[in-house]
This record gives sequence, structure tokens and C-alpha cells, in this order.
Amino acid sequence: MAMTMHVDIVSAEGEIFSGQAELVVAPGQEGEVGIAARHAPFLSPLKPGEVRVKSEGQEPLSFYVSGGMLEVQPYLVTILSETAVRAKDIDEAAAQEAKRAAEEALADRSGRMEYAKAQAQLAEAVAQLRTLENYRKGRA
Amino acid sequence: MAVGKEIRIKIASVRNTQKITRAMEMVAASKMRRTQDRLQATRPYARKIARIIKHLAQANPEYKNPFMVERPVKRVGVVLVSSDRGLCGGLNSNLFRLLLRRMKAWGEAGVEVRLGVIGQKGASFFGGVGADVAAQVVRLGDTPHLEGIIGVLKVMLDAYGEGEIDELYVAHNEFVNTMTQKPKLECLAPIKAEELSDELKGHWDYLYEPDAKTVLDALITRYIESLVFQGLVENNACEQAARMVAMKSASDNAGKLIKELQLIYNKARQAAITQEIAEIVGGAAAV
Repeated sequence: MAMTMHVDIVSAEGEIFSGQAELVVAPGQEGEVGIAARHAPFLSPLKPGEVRVKSEGQEPLSFYVSGGMLEVQPYLVTILSETAVRAKDIDEAAAQEAKRAAEEALADRSGRMEYAKAQAQLAEAVAQLRTLENYRKGRA
Repeated sequence: MAVGKEIRIKIASVRNTQKITRAMEMVAASKMRRTQDRLQATRPYARKIARIIKHLAQANPEYKNPFMVERPVKRVGVVLVSSDRGLCGGLNSNLFRLLLRRMKAWGEAGVEVRLGVIGQKGASFFGGVGADVAAQVVRLGDTPHLEGIIGVLKVMLDAYGEGEIDELYVAHNEFVNTMTQKPKLECLAPIKAEELSDELKGHWDYLYEPDAKTVLDALITRYIESLVFQGLVENNACEQAARMVAMKSASDNAGKLIKELQLIYNKARQAAITQEIAEIVGGAAAV
């Protein structure tokens, strides 16, 4: 049996996941990172995107995070997110709507501040949709 | 018969007060459940980020964030979390008393105090005693969000970053249980390393992506925000619990008062009737 580590995923609104896993894949600031047990201590902010947790003999779990922080200790992975949801709980209609609104806001560039904000919102919505798509693909 | 009209009016007015206090008690009881659920829900995040910070304090980072370095203390900052509304027993006054006592001690040691205030009660109290209030935010409602307190925190964190204040505290009520709330003053910064746990001893450091400064600055800001936010959510739960208890005892007192007044009223009425009969009998005998 491969070695496992403890994984905690929390959001400001509550605990999302806590358990043993063999591999965690997270959207780090500098690109996607895969973490297995006995990884060196590691700290990185996260981009909006999908976190996948794989453990032996079970279907991989998929979560959406809106950004946050990843901490790795040899046998402990902690993911702090502002909002995190299980992939199957993502509301596709809401994500589509958010994407549309963000694109609209991008199209009319009235203020510089709003532009940056709209861009961030768009990135979040797109990441949500991608997570959902991956999740569905995995199940099909 | 116009016996004890004043007493009757008084009873009616106490009864009205009792209706109000009872309604407030029930509202507070239902809100208390919600605020406690919220407290439970926000706890894991605060715990996990505290754990990371604890690990970090034991590492030997290549970069030292100003929040991790102790300085001689000339000025301190305190973020005070109070409630927006009163009628919640001694909740706010206990907290203010604790803070005033500390402020006096600091004053004697020649340390200046700067406040960032959350909540109406704290804002009007410390505005009134002439404390140095650098920032305040009021009316965050019963389900506060992190966005609401970021403004106040930024003022205090910037002051710390620029060296205007050398220590940062948060003052709020701690939720022990429904009957007990304890005022508490916690140190936010500088972050002090606790005793080392065995597994983490020795020289080691994290790998950082993209680099240590960006990561640590973001993480420590998030940590302090989460501590204050946790304090706010906890204070909210305290407020509802304290209000429920205060309103319950107010309702009970009103009930007692009504009972006493009713007794006095009945006695007066009985006395009046007896007197009237005596008069009639006396009159008939005279005829």
C-alpha cells in the first residue's frame, strides 16, 4: 500500500474535507502542483481552480477553491480557501451567470478598478465550470 | 368604583414591558442558535490557519515578516469588538472595564494606546472617554462578513507595518456557554513562537512559491484577519446569549412586580368594600 498523508480542506464557512489520501493536486500560483506523502514543507497561494484528492481504492474527489493557501508538511496537507465546494455541489447555472456578468463587465471598461475585479470574477467562474466539467468527465 | 386606579394603570404598564422583554428573549434565543452554528462553522478555518502559523513560527524562514519580529513597545494598537445594540446585560461594560484597566496600566508605563473599534457600543463609549480611535465600523448586522472588518484592520495593520504601533491586540468576549461570557484580550502581533513540538525541531524551512515575502505577507494578513473575524463571530454569539439571559431575568422580575402590585390592589379593593358596607350598616342603624 502506498503511503498516505492527512488532508484538510477548509473554507471560511466550514470544513469541507478531512481524511487520508495518497495524492493531492492543487492549482498553485505558479502552476498545478501534485503532492504525495513525505513531500518537503511547502507554502504557496492558490489560484481559483480544482483540487483533486486521490486515495487508494476510492474514486478521486474533486473540489473547487476560489483561491487561498496551501501548506504542506511531510504527512499533512492543509488547504485554506475563502470558498471551497465539492465539485458536484457547484451550481452550474450560477457559474454560467457569473461568467456572463463578468464578461459583460469586461466588455465595458469604464474604470480600471472594475476591470481588474471583473477579470478576477471571470477567472473564478471559468475555473468553477472547468472543475465541474472535469468532474463529469471523470464520472462518465 | 374608583379604587386603586393608579395601581391598575401601573400593572398594565408593567405587563406591557413584560411583553416586550419576553419577545426580545425569544428573538435572542432563536438568533443565538444561528450565531452558535456560525461560530462552529468558522472554527475549523481559524484552527487550521493557526496551526500553519504555529508551524511557521518554528521554521527558520529566510524572510522575516515585520509581524514576526518583536520590537520595544512604545505604542500599542487594540482592535475592540463590541456589540451594536445594548440590552445585553453586562456584556459590553465588562469588556470595556477590562480594556480600560489595561489602558491605565499601559498609560502608567508610558505606552500610548490606539484603538480600532468594531460595533456601535464601543464606538460611542471610547469616543466619549476621549481615547485615540483611529478607525471604526458599526452596524455590521447579525451575520457579519469578513469584508466588513477589512477596512478597520487595514488601518491597524498598516500602522503596525509602518512602525507606528509595536504590538497589536484584539479585545472581544469569549463564548464559554450560554450563561457565561468572558472578556478577553488577545495578542495578534508580533506572533510569538510557542514551545517546540518534537516532530518539528531542527533547522528547516518551507519551499515558497513564488517567493517567501509574497507568501508570508499574504498568509500573516489572512491569519490576523481570521483571528479578528473569529472574535467578531464569537462576540456575536455572546451578545445573543447575554441578551437572552438578561431579557429572561427582566421578564421574571416584571412577573414578580405584577404579582406584588396585584396583591396590593386586591387588598385596597377589599378594604374599600368593607368600609362601604360598614358605612351602609352604620347609616341604617342611625335611621
